[in-house]
Amino acid sequence: MAITLNINGRDYAIDADPQMPLLWAIRDKAGLTGTKFGCGIAQCGACTVIVDGNAVRSCNVPAATAVGKAVRTIEGVSEQNDHPVQLAWQELTVPQCGYCQSGQIMSAVALLEKSADPSDNEIDSAMAGNICRCGTYPRIRAAIHRAAELSKA
Amino acid sequence: MNKMNFSRRNFLKVSASAAGGLMLGFHLPQAAEAGAHGAAVEINAWLTIDPNNIVSIVTPQTEMGQGAFTAVPMMIAEELDIPWENVRHVFADANRHVNNNNLYTTTSTGGSTTVSRRHPYMMQAGASARERLRVAAATKWGVPVEQVTAKQGVLTAGANSATYGELAADAVNVTLAEEPKIKAYKDWWLLGKEDVKRLDIPLKTSGTATYPIDVTVPGMVHAAVQSCPVPEGKLVSFDFEAIKGMPGVIAAVELKQVKDVPAFTDLRSAVAVVADEWYQAKNALAVLPIVWDLGRGASISSESQNAEALQLLAGPGTLVLNQDGNIGKNLDKGVNHDAVPGIIAASSKVVQGEVYHRPFETHATMMPPCAVADVKADRADVWTFTQDIARSLNEVADQLGRDTKSVFLHQTYLGGGFGGGYNMDVHRQATAISAEIGRPVKVIRSREEDIAQDSQRPPVWGTYKAALGDDGLPVALVTHFVGEEKMPAFSQRGVANMPYLVPNRRHEYSAVQNHIPIGYHRAPGANHNGFIVEQMVDELAQAGGWDPLEWRLKMTEGNEPWQRILLAMKEKSGWRTDMGSGEGMGCAVVESHGTIAGCVATVSVSRRGQIYIDKLDYYINSGYVISPLTAREQAESSAIWELSHTIFGGLVVRDGRIVNTNFDSYPMARMPDTPPEIQVHLENSEDQWWGGLGEPTGPPTPPAIANAVFYATGKRIRVTPLSKVAL
Repeated sequence: MAITLNINGRDYAIDADPQMPLLWAIRDKAGLTGTKFGCGIAQCGACTVIVDGNAVRSCNVPAATAVGKAVRTIEGVSEQNDHPVQLAWQELTVPQCGYCQSGQIMSAVALLEKSADPSDNEIDSAMAGNICRCGTYPRIRAAIHRAAELSKA
Repeated sequence: MNKMNFSRRNFLKVSASAAGGLMLGFHLPQAAEAGAHGAAVEINAWLTIDPNNIVSIVTPQTEMGQGAFTAVPMMIAEELDIPWENVRHVFADANRHVNNNNLYTTTSTGGSTTVSRRHPYMMQAGASARERLRVAAATKWGVPVEQVTAKQGVLTAGANSATYGELAADAVNVTLAEEPKIKAYKDWWLLGKEDVKRLDIPLKTSGTATYPIDVTVPGMVHAAVQSCPVPEGKLVSFDFEAIKGMPGVIAAVELKQVKDVPAFTDLRSAVAVVADEWYQAKNALAVLPIVWDLGRGASISSESQNAEALQLLAGPGTLVLNQDGNIGKNLDKGVNHDAVPGIIAASSKVVQGEVYHRPFETHATMMPPCAVADVKADRADVWTFTQDIARSLNEVADQLGRDTKSVFLHQTYLGGGFGGGYNMDVHRQATAISAEIGRPVKVIRSREEDIAQDSQRPPVWGTYKAALGDDGLPVALVTHFVGEEKMPAFSQRGVANMPYLVPNRRHEYSAVQNHIPIGYHRAPGANHNGFIVEQMVDELAQAGGWDPLEWRLKMTEGNEPWQRILLAMKEKSGWRTDMGSGEGMGCAVVESHGTIAGCVATVSVSRRGQIYIDKLDYYINSGYVISPLTAREQAESSAIWELSHTIFGGLVVRDGRIVNTNFDSYPMARMPDTPPEIQVHLENSEDQWWGGLGEPTGPPTPPAIANAVFYATGKRIRVTPLSKVAL
């Protein structure tokens, strides 16, 4: 079965059966490997993408549910690795192993698009779905505040 | 898409001639080989310099978040004397290393040793290259080498000046009469500086860092694997007919276990389902009828191990001597271990400890174990989750029964390691499947399979008995720790080598029956033993009327590295044990990987018993620090790693199986669980010894929190996770 997914503003014709999770359509069919697999049950957030403005765990939603919607992945955040969230992540040296960071960045981008200057409580709540086994949480929290500043400038 | 892209480096024809410096990896390339790099010239196996003075530095260790891909280039750049912005990182060629007498000495990445143990020969590689550039300049300009300076990528002698890049080709042909000495700490210009940026960060904010799971080879298929849910059990049969019509399914493959008791990285009995897409393989595997021979483990559970441990603790264990640790070595000298129980029995001031316990914990690296293998008739290419690319290359060769020269194991970034990349057979699984089906394959373990089959951190139980003297300090101490039978050292580390100078001491050990695989796990041993030892210390201090921090200072008198940490904690943490009802401070200090790490925790506990960790304050003495940035990152990381196990961890074994195998049932610390304040103080002795930094702040974290809870509530926490403790 062929479906069309719009990812980062581009249409991809994808041959996927109805069971194919969105994550694997993005990674193995569209070839965008920045989005990661972590748990398969929407518990760790490594697979987070933005669908129509909302942070979504792509590992356990069928790809077919994203037809007709705008999917954004880490590859679509900026052309030059210079979105305010990416710049703040670089400035505060957030990533360690880096594996969860695409998902963390997508959750942070979605948060900042809804709340330009989030409080610590808003950050806790918006980022609670993303696990980082390296424990970069203090730097992520600081970097979200920094990204909010950079966005205002 | 990440197509198979062999850089030219992987095809480098390697010179068979071993130069005198080969042990240090000073491989002298032939002219043609140097040319194989294009315009860049290889000065030695560790680095190339191009005409624009860009230096590309090889890191044989694995980058799994700990900063090796920055630390190794920093050490080499320090000696080479090249501006940091001119430095690039390149992956190591495992094939070249293995087939040239371990060119880079070792590719092993664990025990927090990349800097602490290996800086001498890595710095030597940079110094050697710099000296050869100086000799090349002296020869070209006809001046004595003493007159040539090499600084910030520029060679100068009088009016003569050239960049390293301009003279690199000349330096290739230089043989040094004598290798230079490496720099002393006082002469560092790059190491130890605060503002050195990590080289891997941009790739990790753009999603372009490549992990094994991201590798794609033309014609590749996918496999999901399952080993016996009861570890040590073996496959009897499976019924492929039942799944062969399912979408995408190609084959089912038995992975045969050769050894009766497999070592860490031997292939374990398992079945793999191969399909076009990974989720298809996983879905088919979930319904594949499989018959297992469960083995001896089926009757073992968390409850049975706990009951066995309590029974063992009621009797004597076997004597453990102090052999571990860098700082506290040989403390047993002159101690009459046999006399200790008698001294305690005769004492009028005896402290009998209760039983402490910590459960199994798992790695749960964010990237589940994964490997890609492309086994062809004449060569095999593998990308895998490993903390030692050379060892994995050798194992792939072993799996195939082929010469290592035809095996290419490609270095990638790792999505976490924490010791898990040492205990892994996923590269053998991918290799065996690819060889069997004749196609490239990517194996991904589901999170459930990862946690069920991982080599875990073992559980520990411990207790103690002590006699106190008139001054309230212990005169005699017996500890008894129960671990499991596979890795006794993990229930002994930090116990027999604790630095507290109790004049009469005896440490005993026993083991419960255990079939769950055990492996290295960020600060193995120190993490769970520290929880027990450092609460025992607080109990002894309290029983003797001592402030717990003063007790530690008194009992480590003359031990400079420990005194430095304890004094810093006393001076800088605002230490007090009388914060008032519902609030408390607790301290703990543990040595691991040659580094002493202290933690002061501040907590508040609600009337309903909810624990809030307000602040974690760390004091670390690793001797030296080459990257304060990475040191702080690793301190935060290890702290939150162990905080996670303190609050939420604990694998549960039932009928021989681990039952909590994903993040819904084995929860992790998340953003809201992160303490509002974590401070890191680097307090280094700078005294000719080096400790590691990837792990040491984990061990003091849980006992510091538990000690703080005691001062807040008067109640002592003797087991983790806290989520299952009622206050």
